[in-house]
Amino acid sequence: MTESIGATTTASVRTDVETTRGRKMWAAFKRNRTAMIGGVVAIVIVLISIFAGVIAPYDPLEQDPYIRLTGSSSEHWLGTDDFGRDVFSRIIYGSRVSLIIGTASVLLGLLAGTGLGMVAGYFRGKVETAIMRAIDVLMCFPDLILAIAVTAALGSNLFNLIVTIGIVMTPRFARLAHGQVLSITENEYVIAARAVGVKTPRILWRHIFPNIFGDLLVAGTLWVGVAIRLEANLAFIGLGISPPTPTWGNMIREGIDVMINAPWISMYSGLSILITILAFNMLGDGIRDISDPRLRGA
Amino acid sequence: MFNYAVRRILQSIPILFVVLTLVFVVVRVLPGDPVVAALGDYASQEAVNALREKMGLNAPLWRQYLGFLGDLVRGDFGTSLVNGYPVGAQIRKVIPYTLELTLSAILFGYVFGIPMGISAAVRRNSFVDYFNRVFSLVGLSVPAFYLGVLLMYVFSIKLMWFPVVGGGELTDLKDNLRHLFLPALTLGLIMTAYVTRMTRSSLLEILREDYVRTARSKGLTRRVVLYRHALRNALIPIVALGGLYAVVLIGSSVMVEIVFSRPGLGKLMVGAIKQRDYTTLQSVMVFYAFIVVVINLLTDLVYGLIDPRIKYD
Repeated sequence: MTESIGATTTASVRTDVETTRGRKMWAAFKRNRTAMIGGVVAIVIVLISIFAGVIAPYDPLEQDPYIRLTGSSSEHWLGTDDFGRDVFSRIIYGSRVSLIIGTASVLLGLLAGTGLGMVAGYFRGKVETAIMRAIDVLMCFPDLILAIAVTAALGSNLFNLIVTIGIVMTPRFARLAHGQVLSITENEYVIAARAVGVKTPRILWRHIFPNIFGDLLVAGTLWVGVAIRLEANLAFIGLGISPPTPTWGNMIREGIDVMINAPWISMYSGLSILITILAFNMLGDGIRDISDPRLRGA
Repeated sequence: MFNYAVRRILQSIPILFVVLTLVFVVVRVLPGDPVVAALGDYASQEAVNALREKMGLNAPLWRQYLGFLGDLVRGDFGTSLVNGYPVGAQIRKVIPYTLELTLSAILFGYVFGIPMGISAAVRRNSFVDYFNRVFSLVGLSVPAFYLGVLLMYVFSIKLMWFPVVGGGELTDLKDNLRHLFLPALTLGLIMTAYVTRMTRSSLLEILREDYVRTARSKGLTRRVVLYRHALRNALIPIVALGGLYAVVLIGSSVMVEIVFSRPGLGKLMVGAIKQRDYTTLQSVMVFYAFIVVVINLLTDLVYGLIDPRIKYD
């Protein structure tokens, strides 16, 4: 009986501490204007992509040859494109591809990279050398060059683009996780856990991972912007999801051909990419400032 | 220092070797038969076989691999599958365009970014600081091709100050600069954003150090402390990250070359992918990797020169 009371008290004290910390973080987040603006805009964009079917006034694929390249009007707020499709509706639907590829590829890179980095940092020796040298090799290619080559090899549908950009993101997470694990493994609680015979996977998962997760999350938020930009770059080159599916990169490319008569197509779709990336960067910057007060405003 | 430099150069060799292997493998898993791509779908079986033999594609993979490495060591990049020109000559033709673009962008970034970063750090939370922070956030977020499209629309299409596309003649300086200006400005503005942010944050961190306070309290002027004590130390991360940003910039140069239809490595590479010109593609990728390895090497060496705390032995 006494024992169970003791256990409950410890548990409730622990949750109290955690909620206070959570509350403090939330308060800091609310005070941080950059993070707030970025977060709100990011949420709005996510909502827009989820409810694209409700928000978009027209079918993004519906063509109407009689209204090709008309400027903005009360029927077509952002005008129409070369096929008479509604630019506003296409931009709304285009957010889906950007967000899905942006977040899924970063998650994939986070899983693969963190796994590799943690294993390298924990086991050291030959395993570490092999993994980290492989990462060095991948880092020898600028992101975009690597992405172009892998897309060319895999082909470009939604799934392959996620894999491609995920591969490009992996080295970043691996380096980050590796560095963190190197220093955490030296801590007494890890040495103690090892000494009492806790199994390696459990040490990695329960003792090390929670301590590096925060940094990975901050980096991940910032890198969603990078991933979205990579997708847009590939689409602009013509290696993205094939038309007529609306993606922002595709729209800018198509808009360039008619730029003299209809500059709005490229302008508005580019602006959507810029705002989205900006929102994720502001959110990531803000969270980093909050989680590391030393860097506040730096 | 000399020993360190030699060791560092030797360390790059295995990396480069693995990079070459990776490129070889990636190019071989690309979909589509390069011979069919070169001759077209209606080529006769004899013609396909003849070209296959001539290109050495009938040899076992390990022999192709050794041949690939041997050719590279001799500086032979093979001939393009599409137009039959030597790839080495094509790369030599376009490399000055890519170099002038990236180098002028890096120069632009440092010339404007460092003063902007300093002015933001010394007047923290002022209007200047606020402006610089917004500028760098937007610069870090904007895709290079979109900025390029915007500048092209305003300055080439509306104002007609600059040519819309092309790279100009290298021999004609004026023509060349007119073609270079907008692409270099596009990349330069992005680089400025990176440098401004990096200078600001590294200087802010240094200004909080004890030795800065000590220097101020022994009566040195703000100016002397800023330039002699703080800035010299702040330069270290600026150089270290400068290499990293140069690599990012090389990636973005691909997009700018495509927007402005400028000759260059990036345009060559994208063209090669679209035409399934595998020899050109593999050489350009090798070349890019080589540039990155050299940049990383130089960064490490310069880092050692300016940071006296790093000892080599």
